[in-house]
Amino acid sequence: MTQPVKFYQTGTFTVGNRLLDPEQRTVQATIERNNSLTSGHRACQGCGEALGARYAVDAALRAANGKLLAVNATGCLEVFSTPYPESSWRLPWLHSLFGNAPAVATGVAAALRAKGRADTRVLAQGGDGGTVDIGFGCLSGMFERNDDVLYICYDNEAYMNTGVQRSARTPPAARTATSPAMGEHPGEAFGHGKNPALIAMAHGIPYVATATVADLHDLEAKVNKAMTLQGARYLHIHVPCPLGWGSAPCDTIKVARLAVECGLFPLIEAEHGELTEATRIRRRVPVEDYLRLQKRFAHLFREPRDETALAKIQAIADRNIARFGLLEEAT
Amino acid sequence: MLKQIEGSHAIAGAIALCRPEVICAYPITPQTHIVETLSEIVRKGELAPCEYVNVESEFAALSVAIGAAAAGARAYTATSSQGLLFMAEAVYNAAGLGLPIVMTIGNRAIGAPINIWNDHSDSMAMANAGWIQLHAESNQEAADLHIQAFKLAEQISVPVMVCVDGFVLTHAYERVDMPDQTQVDGFLPPFEPMQVLDPADPVTIGAMVGPEAFMEVRYLAHHKHLQAIEAIPRIAEDFAAAFGRRSGGLIDCYRTEDAETVVVALGSVVGTIKDTVDELRDQGVRIGAVKIVSFRPFPLAQLRSALEGAARVVVVEKDLALGLGGIVASNVRMSLRGLQTSVYTVIAGLGGRAITKAALRAVFLRAQEDEIDDPHFLDLKWDMVDRELARWKETRRSGPIAENILRELGLVGNRVH
Amino acid sequence: MFQVRLHGRGGQGVVTAAEMLSVAAFLEGRHAQAFPSFGSERMGAPVMAFCRIDDKEIRLREPVTHPDALIVQDPTLLHQVDLFAGLDSQGYLLLNTTRAFADLGLGEYVASFPPHHVCAVAASELAQKHVGRPLPNAALLGGFAAVTGRVKLESVQAAIRQTFAGAVGEANAAAAAEAYHAVENN
Repeated sequence: MTQPVKFYQTGTFTVGNRLLDPEQRTVQATIERNNSLTSGHRACQGCGEALGARYAVDAALRAANGKLLAVNATGCLEVFSTPYPESSWRLPWLHSLFGNAPAVATGVAAALRAKGRADTRVLAQGGDGGTVDIGFGCLSGMFERNDDVLYICYDNEAYMNTGVQRSARTPPAARTATSPAMGEHPGEAFGHGKNPALIAMAHGIPYVATATVADLHDLEAKVNKAMTLQGARYLHIHVPCPLGWGSAPCDTIKVARLAVECGLFPLIEAEHGELTEATRIRRRVPVEDYLRLQKRFAHLFREPRDETALAKIQAIADRNIARFGLLEEAT
Repeated sequence: MLKQIEGSHAIAGAIALCRPEVICAYPITPQTHIVETLSEIVRKGELAPCEYVNVESEFAALSVAIGAAAAGARAYTATSSQGLLFMAEAVYNAAGLGLPIVMTIGNRAIGAPINIWNDHSDSMAMANAGWIQLHAESNQEAADLHIQAFKLAEQISVPVMVCVDGFVLTHAYERVDMPDQTQVDGFLPPFEPMQVLDPADPVTIGAMVGPEAFMEVRYLAHHKHLQAIEAIPRIAEDFAAAFGRRSGGLIDCYRTEDAETVVVALGSVVGTIKDTVDELRDQGVRIGAVKIVSFRPFPLAQLRSALEGAARVVVVEKDLALGLGGIVASNVRMSLRGLQTSVYTVIAGLGGRAITKAALRAVFLRAQEDEIDDPHFLDLKWDMVDRELARWKETRRSGPIAENILRELGLVGNRVH
Repeated sequence: MFQVRLHGRGGQGVVTAAEMLSVAAFLEGRHAQAFPSFGSERMGAPVMAFCRIDDKEIRLREPVTHPDALIVQDPTLLHQVDLFAGLDSQGYLLLNTTRAFADLGLGEYVASFPPHHVCAVAASELAQKHVGRPLPNAALLGGFAAVTGRVKLESVQAAIRQTFAGAVGEANAAAAAEAYHAVENN
């Protein structure tokens, strides 16, 4: 299952730095990688989800020694990866409905156990809409039963495939088609939203982590860690959507990195409900640096600037930094 | 006022004019433009007081509407396909409780296999849940039916779904005469609930009913539909008087006076059928068409009157009862019991396959000669079907059916090597 | 009835073009129907849209298989999609390109049409010049008005202004006008 891949040396943040020892290089750095989400899919230019999915599934597949089944919820990933009459997936893959991916994955895992094939692992994946909204009940059920499934949520903060409507992951003040930038409080309301990583932690499951497409090594390490464990595991990956966010397709990685560096997307790990790791911010930036690159926040910067909203967003970032100790010296 | 607008914008505009007090929204293709437009209307303050609630699923959407209606508010939501099924329990619940919610169905096929295009499998799946079900032929009728729907729902205390063909109507730009607020206010009074949660007059809504009374309660729900058979034409008359145009009603007849063959259908395909009828009439064929607007309650007597003079009826429907055949055709046959009329079923347009005038012409001419298979599947690619059936015979693990068919259609197949 | 089929890729405003054309016809008191046909993909995928114009109510609900006019917003579709299927030999063809038809391998094909029915419009360039973005739809509609005479430039411009507010609307209307005059003078 190999495929020839060309690499370009462009700096320390990229795929596989040849100055690293081979064991430290990422799965993406090797020509042995499965390329589980192979080329030919119909994702938009600069799609963070396509990148995140390939990163995560390749890593999971290697960790599972090639024995991995995937269950996918309805959404952008499912739609752009299986355009009639083709499929981009290079592993066994099942799409059922929008809201039941966790439950279907539970079923797949149960069948494997019943058949004595528990060495074949199960991956469930979906977008933020399918995970935190319509699939939430099933997700909680999977967590509660501690079913042996790794659930990965690709979070682009809205229902993208149906035309950018808000979800419970849409950040405050962000413009979407159902939280338009008009009226007294333009964009998504403050005080709405859910943090599925914290909710997963509250279920006490073996492993919870947040990751970003801006840090491939970290993402792969978290997938690998998750795959060493049994039981319900949850990985939440931040994936910018140039179309829905109004950012330039070439800025996807940059925007994802700024989300981390301003404190709006903390990178954490937890086991059985206890926080075990929180990645320190290397170079802190104000939230404005992140927000400015996205047209979904453009209304905050039109004269007169919405200083109140900007201050509130900065306060959210400040709270995250304080809560998770993102600027403290590592001990 | 005459406007050239997208169907979903016309519908949203009509809904806003009806002054809903609670709108719940969950996105699903192809109804999204409706709820998005309403979101803007509410945000801009053009519709107030109105609570616009973004919910986490369709089940939540209808549940929110149920709560709102029970508390005395005029409530609205919209969905399609998978979403309608996701709220199925709530659909039955709203009807059983007699809450006058109005809901738009942007008709779309139901998976598996997943398909975003138009057919009637969704509204057919919920046809017997107890909602009144009206089908629009055009975007003008779609806008008008929503206005009539609120009046009808509240008069009888039963929820109403207005079915509008997804993409074909929802995303089509065409001419619509949009009424103004004064006209709608004159036609649709404020909501006076039959039952309501009110501290000043407490009632219990949603009791459990056992064998001793369930049949009676269900009969009374059926009775409401019989009342609707009378109410629907009356409201259509009131609408014509207030707005100056005919829209809605139970059925509508087109060139059926001396017709030997009558085509029956629901929704936007009626437009194409009318064009086909005109062409055939020009050639001397005695053919006409009947549009069913109200699928529930099903207008048995009215349809019988319209069809009893014909030698044969051809039902063109965008749905399929697996293992049986035509759903609309089965209902139509009920209206003709005792008569010798032939009823042919044409299954067409499933999953958005285009229904062309040319294909309809050919099939109507064959029906006229009574030389049509029944049910007839319009434009079905039989060779593709036969090849898949051969695969089934050949090997047990023949693979997922949909994928095999799609691989046939494509120039390259995909298999992990 | 006059039937138009438009081809392009997702993100190029093909659907909007069809809608604006229908609005232009409406503003002249005619009946018009515009609707899209697309797959479930988003940016960059081939997209078709349709517009019918008539003097009486349009009841037909099927894709346009025999267009009287074809508008192609993206020439890269030329050898990928069967663009010309059903186009009447007396029909009209507008192609968004600065290249000659012969260079695109269409020399023989376009020669079979009546003179002045086939037209290349540098729509993306005109859009870039007036609007600052290579969205060719408005300019192509200006060219359509000139080549077919089925709708007036003023109506097209009014439709454009209805769709795009303020300065953007004006810029697109200007692009349409320049395209119209360029085609007229040819």
